[in-house]
Amino acid sequence: MQAQSASQQAEIVANILQRQRRDPARLVQVLREIDEVLGELTPEVLAMVGEQLKRPFAEVAGVAGFYHFLELEQRARYRIFWSDNIIEQMQGSTELREEMCRLLWIEPGRASEDGLVKVGLTSCIGMGDQGPALLVNGRTVTRMTRARVAAMVELIRGGALVGNWPEEWFAVADNIRRRDILLGRSYKAGAAIAAALARGPAAMLGEIQSARLRGRGGAGFSTAQKWQACRDAPGDVRYVVCNADEGEPGTFKDRVLLSAYADLVFEGMCIAGLCIGARQGLLYLRGEYRYLLEALEANLARRRAAGLLGRDILGAAGYDFDIEIHLGAGAYVCGEESALLESLAGKRGVPRNRPPFPVTHGYLDCPTAVNNAETLAAACLIAENGGVCYAAIGTEMSTGSKLLSVSGDCARPGIYEYPFGVTVAQVLADAGANDTQAVQVSGPSGVCVAPEEFGRRLAFEDLPSAGAFMVFGASRDMFEVARNFAHFFAHESCGFCTPCRVGTALVKNLMDKINAGHGSPADINELFKLQRLMESTAHCGLGHSACNPVADTLKKFRPAYQRRLHSTEFEPAFDLDYALSQARQMTGRDDAGAHLANES
Amino acid sequence: MSDVFLLDGEQVPFTVGQTVMAAARAAGRYIPHLCWHPEFQPHGSCRLCTVKADGHFAAACTLAARPGMTVDNRTAELDDQRRTLLQMLFVEGNHFCPSCEKSGACKLQATAYELKMMTPHFDHFFPDRAVDASHPDLLLDFNRCILCELCVRASRDADGKNVFAITGRGIKSHLIVNSPSGRLADTAMSLADRAASVCPVGVILAKGRGFVIPIGERRYDRQQIGAAEEQ
Amino acid sequence: MKPKIATTSLAGCFGCHMSLLDIDLRLLELLQRVEFDRSPINDIKTVGPCAIGLIEGGVCNAENVEVLREFRRHCKIIVAFGACAVNGGLPAQRNHLDLRDILEEVYQTSPGLAPGCSIPNDPELPLPLNKVHPIHEIVRVDYFLPGCPPSAEAIWKFLNDLIIGRTPVLGHGLLRYD
Repeated sequence: MQAQSASQQAEIVANILQRQRRDPARLVQVLREIDEVLGELTPEVLAMVGEQLKRPFAEVAGVAGFYHFLELEQRARYRIFWSDNIIEQMQGSTELREEMCRLLWIEPGRASEDGLVKVGLTSCIGMGDQGPALLVNGRTVTRMTRARVAAMVELIRGGALVGNWPEEWFAVADNIRRRDILLGRSYKAGAAIAAALARGPAAMLGEIQSARLRGRGGAGFSTAQKWQACRDAPGDVRYVVCNADEGEPGTFKDRVLLSAYADLVFEGMCIAGLCIGARQGLLYLRGEYRYLLEALEANLARRRAAGLLGRDILGAAGYDFDIEIHLGAGAYVCGEESALLESLAGKRGVPRNRPPFPVTHGYLDCPTAVNNAETLAAACLIAENGGVCYAAIGTEMSTGSKLLSVSGDCARPGIYEYPFGVTVAQVLADAGANDTQAVQVSGPSGVCVAPEEFGRRLAFEDLPSAGAFMVFGASRDMFEVARNFAHFFAHESCGFCTPCRVGTALVKNLMDKINAGHGSPADINELFKLQRLMESTAHCGLGHSACNPVADTLKKFRPAYQRRLHSTEFEPAFDLDYALSQARQMTGRDDAGAHLANES
Repeated sequence: MSDVFLLDGEQVPFTVGQTVMAAARAAGRYIPHLCWHPEFQPHGSCRLCTVKADGHFAAACTLAARPGMTVDNRTAELDDQRRTLLQMLFVEGNHFCPSCEKSGACKLQATAYELKMMTPHFDHFFPDRAVDASHPDLLLDFNRCILCELCVRASRDADGKNVFAITGRGIKSHLIVNSPSGRLADTAMSLADRAASVCPVGVILAKGRGFVIPIGERRYDRQQIGAAEEQ
Repeated sequence: MKPKIATTSLAGCFGCHMSLLDIDLRLLELLQRVEFDRSPINDIKTVGPCAIGLIEGGVCNAENVEVLREFRRHCKIIVAFGACAVNGGLPAQRNHLDLRDILEEVYQTSPGLAPGCSIPNDPELPLPLNKVHPIHEIVRVDYFLPGCPPSAEAIWKFLNDLIIGRTPVLGHGLLRYD
């Protein structure tokens, strides 16, 4: 990323726009690519893009300002984002990041004066099983150590291209620890599509129905019902969207599916297309998984060449289906399906008002089936073996298997595939977790489970989960866990509705206040009050659940909060003595009158 | 033919497709709101109009009325929530009513009066937001923005100009104007635009008119917002 | 024994106190029912045990903090009296500026200052806080009476309610923030 002259910039922008077909709906893709090449999005560049795509400047700037990875302020040749996942904090990421900033002589979150490097934070990048991890100019580096920090700092100082950095830094292991029906089967290209074709769309949908397949994104909506509704919705053009925006901290199963089982996901999309009558599929890949893009594109090209994508798939006349990949740019809320559809259409990722639902008004307002990558992969199994066979596995309300992303205090972090209904205790035992204090099931928006509940089952009827399984050993501080989650939600709130926009910021401030030793029971009551408000008035699921980790830990790990409280009385909102610091500095005073005791 | 639903125990007629908010308004019933405006598409962002419909919380402005539905509106629980949402809006921005020329005609202030908000309660954010006085006829004071997006909708849907948009995310969300310079003077905005008069608070102000109507004689000085709105 | 009321003005303009005087003859009525402790009205300088403390103004310096805490210790009921006490008010409009820049500009760089001017550092002067805060961010506050200033009618209604032991309620026209 060298600084470019204005004419070079214009040429780069023009080329990218050309490649993106000057499609206003591809605005996020356009901005992401320009940002990747130029390293920043200046007002001039945004104006150029707006003009070419015939979208107002303010709208383009509004979209650019929404996504965390798009740089609007300070260009830096090396942009580093450390993953702010609590699991990686437990692995020492905070100390390593501070060390990196110290060695580079920079402040966290601010580009160096010479525009060389910027070191910041971002929400979990899906590497909890091999952290601490970071992104450098969009590329994932895992297993950071002090030695790697030191070596990286040297390379940055020397101006070495990221592409020339040691290859092993960029290695991402799959860490598959347990395989079951999905990960254990042998894959034969096109077999699932052929099976679905042989059954025909209606019968295939019938198999999904009898499999009682439910969405793997966490909510567990019936896949057959969704596909049927989409198939029945009026309209000529339909879409299949694969949601691979797994942003829930602690989740990384889609990463493994897309690196080792991408064929299953793509064939699942083809099957969905067949069932609902769609000719176009879109895979929304989270920006954090940018490193997977080339391999996935190559896979799609192979499939086209093999007649598994494109026109008349497997020779079936009229069965046309193709897949495009869209990359996100750093926004957890885009995992919510309507926000994802907004983002796909080149807008800010704000969840929509519903109804109408995506099955009737989805991508570009056409009927759209949005499915989790894991759900689509499961559809392949059902196509080949039939729904009854699939429904025999798992529990009554939760058929089939589930991929769990296990991370934290255990000997064997990684991906575990279990039939639904496995107990928390079983997973802990298999992963080699001893002396476990708590498990955060399904990430920050899920449930914090204490030891007396380890007999509970992972299934929609007990503990529903999108897959995250974060293990906290006895020595961990559950307040610090909840505080990390509070910061996460404040960072990821889209800002659309009042309760979530302001509420997540207030919760974060209160948690920081308690952490700084200025908390009181009044602050704990405030947290409960905010949780109730957000749960009942927020616009979408993010806001509804944003305070859950705090409320959960307050109920189950209250002493972790209480031991931090300063007193049983009211405590000021801020550090009073610190609030005199600027005046002390300017007057040079340090007498008794120039200080305030912090007790009231 | 119209159906009815129950709003705080009283029948409200509605037509198919009408929202609870629109039907209540047509019946002269007040549901507190800030981002909703009868001329524009419902937005559902301020959440002040959250009601309990058949036991479930929902924003009245986006909720389609159903026959026989029971809607709680002015209950102590819901008004408490509304007061808290108002407090959030007050501490999020810089709302100094004594120095605001919109005082007395401001929906945020009037709604807070109606809900008897005595204090902003939370710790103030005191954000740093610049004022834009570049336009010859209009002033933008972003300190008071509540992100209702009425100006965004009005400029886009009524004026066809797209002068306003929201950028940023979370607590850093903020209003911007349609020019790379960031100045209102460099946009197509004019005093006659619908967007120039739609702001419910004191962000978009016509210059030189601030005190044409003296404080004490303004819309919500004369009447509580509930009564004033439903006329 | 009559309940005692204390009043003070922190970072305020005494406008709220002027408005209190605007209850006019009703002041005499008030005095039959309460006794004034520390207050600018009687110039008593120290606060003793009181039923009610009315705090005008926000908190802008170290002395404001001390006085506010003193009132909190002695008063059963603390009332944020007027806009500045409730939300920082006018003085809080400096909050978007850096205090160091303010001090520098006021005492060192603005035009018209005598040469060699410096930022005062006399220990007798209270140091300003980095930001101005409403009083509820420093101590627990029981009631809030907004308004810049609250009108005499609002004050009268509010105090009457408090003295009787009723939660103060201000109707339309009495509850104002401006």
